[in-house]
Amino acid sequence: MSLAGPLPPRQLNNDEKLSPTKLAGVQYVIVLILAVLVAGLWRLQVLGSDNWKVLAEANRIKKVPVLAPRGKIFDREGRLLVDNYPSVTCYLLPEQLKDPNTDLPLIAQGLHITVAQIQAILKRYQGGAKYQPIPLKQDVTQDEEAFIEAHRNELPELETRDEQRRLYPRDGFAAHLIGYVGEVSEQMLNNDSRYVFYSPGDVVGQSGVEQTYDALLRGKDGSRDVFVNSHGKEVGVAGQEIAEPGKDLRLTIDLDIQRAAEKALDGKNGAIVAMDPHTGEILAMVSRPAFDPNQFAVRLTRNYWNQIINNPDHPLMNKAIQAQLAPGSTFKIIMSVAGLQEGVAETMRVQCSGGGTFYGQFHACDHSHGLVTIDKAIPWSCDTFYYTLADRLGIDTIARYATALGFASRTGVDLPEEAVGNMPSTAWKLKTQHERWYPSEAISVGIGQGAVTATPIQLARTVGGIASGGALRRPHVVFPEEIPADEQEAFREHFPGSGDVNFPLARDNWQIITDAMAQATTPGPFNTAFASHLEGIDFAGKTGTAQVMSHAALAKTGGGLKTRPNAWFVGLAPRRNPDIVVVVLWENGDWGSNSARLGAQVVNAFVTKQRRLANNLRVAEVPKPKSDTETPTASNPAPHTPAAE
Amino acid sequence: MARFSSFRDFDWVLLGFVSLLSLVSVLEIRSATAMTKFHGFDHKQLGFLAIGLVLMFLVSLVDYHWLVDVSRAAYGISIIALLAVLVIGTKHLGARRWIKFPGGVHFQPSEWVKLVLIVVLAQYFWGLVGRELSWRDIGKAFAIVCVPMALVLKQPDLGTSLTYFPVLIVGLFLGGIRFKQAAILIVGFLALGTVAWSSGKLLKPYQKARLTSFINPDDDPKGAGYQIRQSLIAVGSGGVWGKGTNQGTQTQGDFLPIPYTDFIFAALCEEHGFIGALGVLLLYFCILMRLIQNAQTAKDVPGTFIIMGIVAVIVFQIAVNIGMVLGLMPVTGIPLPLLSYGGSSVLFTFLSLGIVMNIRMRRFVN
Repeated sequence: MSLAGPLPPRQLNNDEKLSPTKLAGVQYVIVLILAVLVAGLWRLQVLGSDNWKVLAEANRIKKVPVLAPRGKIFDREGRLLVDNYPSVTCYLLPEQLKDPNTDLPLIAQGLHITVAQIQAILKRYQGGAKYQPIPLKQDVTQDEEAFIEAHRNELPELETRDEQRRLYPRDGFAAHLIGYVGEVSEQMLNNDSRYVFYSPGDVVGQSGVEQTYDALLRGKDGSRDVFVNSHGKEVGVAGQEIAEPGKDLRLTIDLDIQRAAEKALDGKNGAIVAMDPHTGEILAMVSRPAFDPNQFAVRLTRNYWNQIINNPDHPLMNKAIQAQLAPGSTFKIIMSVAGLQEGVAETMRVQCSGGGTFYGQFHACDHSHGLVTIDKAIPWSCDTFYYTLADRLGIDTIARYATALGFASRTGVDLPEEAVGNMPSTAWKLKTQHERWYPSEAISVGIGQGAVTATPIQLARTVGGIASGGALRRPHVVFPEEIPADEQEAFREHFPGSGDVNFPLARDNWQIITDAMAQATTPGPFNTAFASHLEGIDFAGKTGTAQVMSHAALAKTGGGLKTRPNAWFVGLAPRRNPDIVVVVLWENGDWGSNSARLGAQVVNAFVTKQRRLANNLRVAEVPKPKSDTETPTASNPAPHTPAAE
Repeated sequence: MARFSSFRDFDWVLLGFVSLLSLVSVLEIRSATAMTKFHGFDHKQLGFLAIGLVLMFLVSLVDYHWLVDVSRAAYGISIIALLAVLVIGTKHLGARRWIKFPGGVHFQPSEWVKLVLIVVLAQYFWGLVGRELSWRDIGKAFAIVCVPMALVLKQPDLGTSLTYFPVLIVGLFLGGIRFKQAAILIVGFLALGTVAWSSGKLLKPYQKARLTSFINPDDDPKGAGYQIRQSLIAVGSGGVWGKGTNQGTQTQGDFLPIPYTDFIFAALCEEHGFIGALGVLLLYFCILMRLIQNAQTAKDVPGTFIIMGIVAVIVFQIAVNIGMVLGLMPVTGIPLPLLSYGGSSVLFTFLSLGIVMNIRMRRFVN
């Protein structure tokens, strides 16, 4: 190329040599370079070695969580309600994803999802930490797992984890009672002292029993320290911490009663609570509309969530403990207790001519009942009688009895987010509306309208307690003696309520009220629940038809399903010291008698079952009914055989 | 020719050091590839070494003066070969470096050009001995080196093209460049380098990233910085005594990138510690000193120049490769002579040693 210049004859330069000092210079340079390298080695291997050793270990040892299987849930007879099933979830490690354009189509093909779906998932988790694995697909099949294993080198970003997934009953059976599990939210971690020891990504109970008894059900997660290579492939085990499985839980629920309650409320909105008033054990709890907790167990789809959230009937709400509504005429039982205990009601004679005028305003009654006394007022549900009684007692006396019987305070049922309800009084009005109470306002309270509200479970505890002679019991869904003492203590702290109370109900008054309630379910003119009469069963009850809006407002809307009254029913069997109390709330069910039919189905299921297992029945506690119409027929040798009181 | 030489004059001491280092190389390659799909590369390396040894003896038989004579023609052919690579070369990992011959042999001209450059520069500076270098002389020397360098850089192969440069520097130094000239050149290159860097035309972005990531490897924990970081962890966690053969977690766990070629010194540091690394550096020191001694005793100027050119290349590779492993230098993809796995590298080294032997054997011959 550009090689130019004269080339001198070789011989001329034969004896010429380069200066040795220049070569020595090169030697010095080499020594200097090697010295620098040795210094570099010294710095890393001698001075900083400990630090680098830690990093090398961190590189190759990975902590893999081993999730503890959650405790199973059974009904009171040990029948399985909630089970687990093993499942593999595929996660994507965002920091390992180097080339989304080539990897995502491959992943999509292997996992049988679309690229768009993956991108949507990635987008949803975009804000999260880089090291946080993103769940790509739950319930990965064996083929898909094999695909992930085979592509470890090409797709180091994929990871599988063995998990135990919840298997709930189908069709939302007892969904509100059982609840569901989900990942602990940031809000729970930050704001709730119960979740101090949880870490992000932990699966916790989000509602129902799953939430209340999470500490027992969840067990203790273990972990394995595994050696991995740079592709995350496991090459050995360094150590492990065994996972402690969660404890199984037995509920007080009776699957048979629950089934009857579910069936009764099918296709309707509302709630049913069945309770054993002797103990407070909840036998059945239904709320409608329901949701499918299995949809929550696998990661919730946006579609299903929107469907749930946008449903105007609030499927996630457990109406049995959260619906605080005007109790309607069921409140007349509380009114009766107040009236009788105060010595006012027993001698009251009210002439009902389809209503009455109080403080210059006419208040209607459903019928013209004629002369009404307390023993007729209850089965006939005569409004005029209770308007008069409310006026006589005054709001503060009513409120005193109602709160003593559990109104406006939580029952303390071991389920999350119980509603309080409301009981108006002069003090209450002054406090909330800074206004004086007008005596005229007490009139509509007398029939369970106005500002008084209650939840189905409150009514169950209150009416069950009254029928038991004043022994009010804290409702609960788990047998307290079956959980550790310290947990019991914790639950009592987290679920404060009026608990077990003995209300001093006079024996005569007890009999008057229970007999009158029994009469309501028997055939007879004006008897509000005769349609739900159960032949051969000592069945007592009280209906309630609670207006959802004033007559004036109703006239404007022109009617429609949502404007119809809520139908209530409180049922007991037997009438005194009942073995079961059932509260039915049928939203927009029109008439309390409709609800009474639903309540009768549940009571019937209960009694039929008790008769089948005759030795289980508390025969001795059954009081002798006064009314001849209710004596069991000879052809039906019932365990409800009248016994000495 | 044979009458001028005798194998008694062969540098057996140098060959001893080289063999020792080669043994270390084979053992470390064996350890580094034991758990990978490159398992068996130690045997292949043994094969390369055997071929290298034969080549070395053969080359030692040919009088190096003949090499000097044909160097100009060889230089011409080299340029043509490098041009050919750019046109018909095989593309692999984004670079065109190889010419594929029938039978699966891949030929990488840039490695051989190194040797041609050494001889051609020796011949060039031989002609200049005895007088002070003019700017014109310096310019010509630059031209000789920069033409092939530019062609290799175009492949692109930054690492190999950089190894051409120390040959020029040593040539200029030994050729008698004056201090003032050297100073002007250094300042000029610094200025030029700055301009080239900021213009962004000479180097591709990934090359720039590689050149800077060693300063702060954590900035780029998954790219070039990842390699540096894993290398540092490997070296540092080796400690004084090392973790033992086959016991390096960084090496065996595939955390260390290509632990049998570019990062073989990191693997060695991890498994044999500071002591092992020091031993290897000592072997390098002995080999280099022995080479310089041979340069000193060479019969004539081109002999000295050729050996010193070879020394320059080896020192440069050691400095850059180990510097990279220790986080003192950027990642350039330059193998470590005598230690890294690879046919081209082994053959180049042994060919060079053959020429050194050649020169030594003829030191007393007139």
